[in-house]
Amino acid sequence: MKTKSLTRFDWRSSFIYWMFALIFLFFGILLRNDGFLSPNNLLNIFRQTATISVVAVGMTFVIACAEIDLSVGGVAGLSSVVVAVTIRDHGAVAGVLAGIGVGLLVGSINGLLVSRIGIPSFLVTLGMQGVAVGTAALITNYAPIPILSDAFNRVFGSGSIGRFPSVIFWSFSAVLLGWITLTRTTFGRRILATGGNRDAAEFNGIDTKRIKFTVLLISSTVAAIAGMIYAGRLQTGRYEWGTGDELSAIAAVILGGTSLFGGGGTIIGTLFGALLVGLINNGLILAGLPVSEQQIIRGLIIILAVALAKKK
Amino acid sequence: MNAIEMKEINKSFFGTPVLKDVNFSVLPGEIHGLAGENGAGKSTLMKILQGVYTMDSGLIEVAGSPAEISSFQDARQYGIGMVFQEFSLIPELTVAQNIFLNREPTNKFRLISDRSSIAKAHKVLESVGIDIDVTVKVSTLSRAFQQLTEIAKAIAAEAKILILDEPTASLAKHEVDSLFKVLKQLTASGVSIIYISHRMDEIYQICDRITILRDGNLVAVDSLKNLSPQEVIAHITGRKDVEMLSYEGREVDRRSTPVLKVVELSAGDRVKKVSIELHAGEVLGFAGLMGSGRTEILRAIFGLDKVGSGKIYINGEEKTIKNPREAKGVGMALIPEDRRRQGLIMEHSISTNILSANLEKLSHFSFLNFQKINQFSQTAITDFEIRPPEAKREVKLLSGGNQQKVVIAKWVATNPSIILMDEPTVGVDIGTKVEIMKLVRSLAAQGKSIIVVSSELPELLGVCDRILIVKNGEVTDSLERYEIRDEDHLQLMLQGINA
Repeated sequence: MKTKSLTRFDWRSSFIYWMFALIFLFFGILLRNDGFLSPNNLLNIFRQTATISVVAVGMTFVIACAEIDLSVGGVAGLSSVVVAVTIRDHGAVAGVLAGIGVGLLVGSINGLLVSRIGIPSFLVTLGMQGVAVGTAALITNYAPIPILSDAFNRVFGSGSIGRFPSVIFWSFSAVLLGWITLTRTTFGRRILATGGNRDAAEFNGIDTKRIKFTVLLISSTVAAIAGMIYAGRLQTGRYEWGTGDELSAIAAVILGGTSLFGGGGTIIGTLFGALLVGLINNGLILAGLPVSEQQIIRGLIIILAVALAKKK
Repeated sequence: MNAIEMKEINKSFFGTPVLKDVNFSVLPGEIHGLAGENGAGKSTLMKILQGVYTMDSGLIEVAGSPAEISSFQDARQYGIGMVFQEFSLIPELTVAQNIFLNREPTNKFRLISDRSSIAKAHKVLESVGIDIDVTVKVSTLSRAFQQLTEIAKAIAAEAKILILDEPTASLAKHEVDSLFKVLKQLTASGVSIIYISHRMDEIYQICDRITILRDGNLVAVDSLKNLSPQEVIAHITGRKDVEMLSYEGREVDRRSTPVLKVVELSAGDRVKKVSIELHAGEVLGFAGLMGSGRTEILRAIFGLDKVGSGKIYINGEEKTIKNPREAKGVGMALIPEDRRRQGLIMEHSISTNILSANLEKLSHFSFLNFQKINQFSQTAITDFEIRPPEAKREVKLLSGGNQQKVVIAKWVATNPSIILMDEPTVGVDIGTKVEIMKLVRSLAAQGKSIIVVSSELPELLGVCDRILIVKNGEVTDSLERYEIRDEDHLQLMLQGINA
């Protein structure tokens, strides 16, 4: 007896790329006279989606593990503020360390509450989102904190390497690291096993609690780095940076083909998911639609895309 | 030297001994059958061997030297592998990825090399004669191939002793043949296999020796050449000291129109041209081995599985039943096999659970009538002797037997005329078993028509007026209760051995 070869083409697994190509083509033709295809605009799309794709890489790990992290937006905001304040008082290097420290701290708390006490990650991170944003607002009394360190601003977002803005360097590094980790390391395999069938993973000797802790730690730390990219690009720390990013990141991950129920995950898909969200935003702005209509169309496209990508 | 030697193993749960001085040994390269009724102690013995349970006293030796096995990981170290029915595969990973899960081969950068795990998986599969494309996801494989993947996984982990628990329950005939071929090939390379099964024909086909347990005692160990199937069955069932429930002859009027008539019903590949007639006040039993299609017949009648062909008549009138709501509408109720997953909401109270199937009756324009609800659940608790009699108690805090009574109470409250029961006494203590069987009888006495599916033959013999033998999705025989002499007789019929 032989296994049936899977000759049937599974278009759903490559859905995001078709969707991306289709929407790109659509805007390319529709907006050909509005500069959509100009190199500057295309670079702009990358620049605008850089933070989302960084956050989404961390989110892919969390979702592949059948958990969720709603605190990433708040963590980005808090990190931007802590970085700005620390740079003001102690210099750029201390600022970067403090920013990463924010991610590690929040991630550890999330991870411990989820893995050791067993509170669902949805609730833990929903609560933590409020705590992070509130703390950021409290530290700065709602005021933006300007960042005067040129070096920091150049490295995190304002500078460029040749023609390429440094933010793009960050997002591609995140994607590359995430891709290798998820597909080529034992840790990545353990994440997929934990998300796919937790009991089975335990039977195979995998410490699933530790895996859950670690993915939440990674997600938060990556979100803190995204906060620094905001801070560097806008040369300011502000509690509002990152607001709503958790939803865009989740949308990117799901559009990219990662199952919301865990067990599977694709970082490259996530990158294209993030780019697709950016592409839609950019196209709708160039088309000159009012914000209200942009929101409606963006929402509908995302629902439609996820519905089409859904496996039976 | 024995591959495995378990000496004078004792184990009790909450003061009740389940294994009493049991000896068990397996030779290298042997396929050793392990048989006994449900609750005889087979799975407890095997769980001790895998480190899931700790024995109270006794000794385990692996290949001649004493072994301390206190966890699943320990068992694996000693080369003991369990072929799980469904637990240990990750559906979204490929066959090769599953085989090497958590011990992936890595390259010099410590990155996983899928190429080398694919090559290694190939080699393992080839060595045992399994032909599977190792790059496909496990979720796309049939149950049989998933099982073979499990076996390959254990072999790749260098298991020397494999435990298989009812491995053929969900396999088709030709799949069983290829499984057996693989097992034979494994023993040729020195692997020992412990084969747990209820199926006599398979035991005789594949096993060299057999160990039989009854009520926690070792009752026989012998080569199958020295034992006839009749003798094996006699060892398994034993002489029951106390008759749990003896059948009381009843009159069922078979001349009237049947309450439920099923004509040549087929569904999927597990229900084939099944015809049934069930009369008012009759208790009909389905006897068959695990995986014979008993459950699937009930599911098809109840509209849970898509019916391929055939007709269903209720009181002489043809009905199409496409889903459980329609089944409920024609007066049917199904007490499902797995009450925790299919029958109850474990976190809810007794009263809320009983309520869930009776919402229309207990509300007025969609508003719940709490006075009625309280009265209603109190009546059910009294009628079905649910203990403790507290309507607000969460169902998960009840014993298995009382949980089952809640399920039955819930469905009886819908006032069905036909009650389908799938393994109603599974995981229920002996006292409550008798109570549930009495309940079945009293429901029949009230004129309800009942179908009982059970693996516990004494129970079927205690309550059923007629017993159908189910095999490979077909009804192969129909026996009046008085035609069956005793449990051994029925067991032989089930196994297809002429008595």
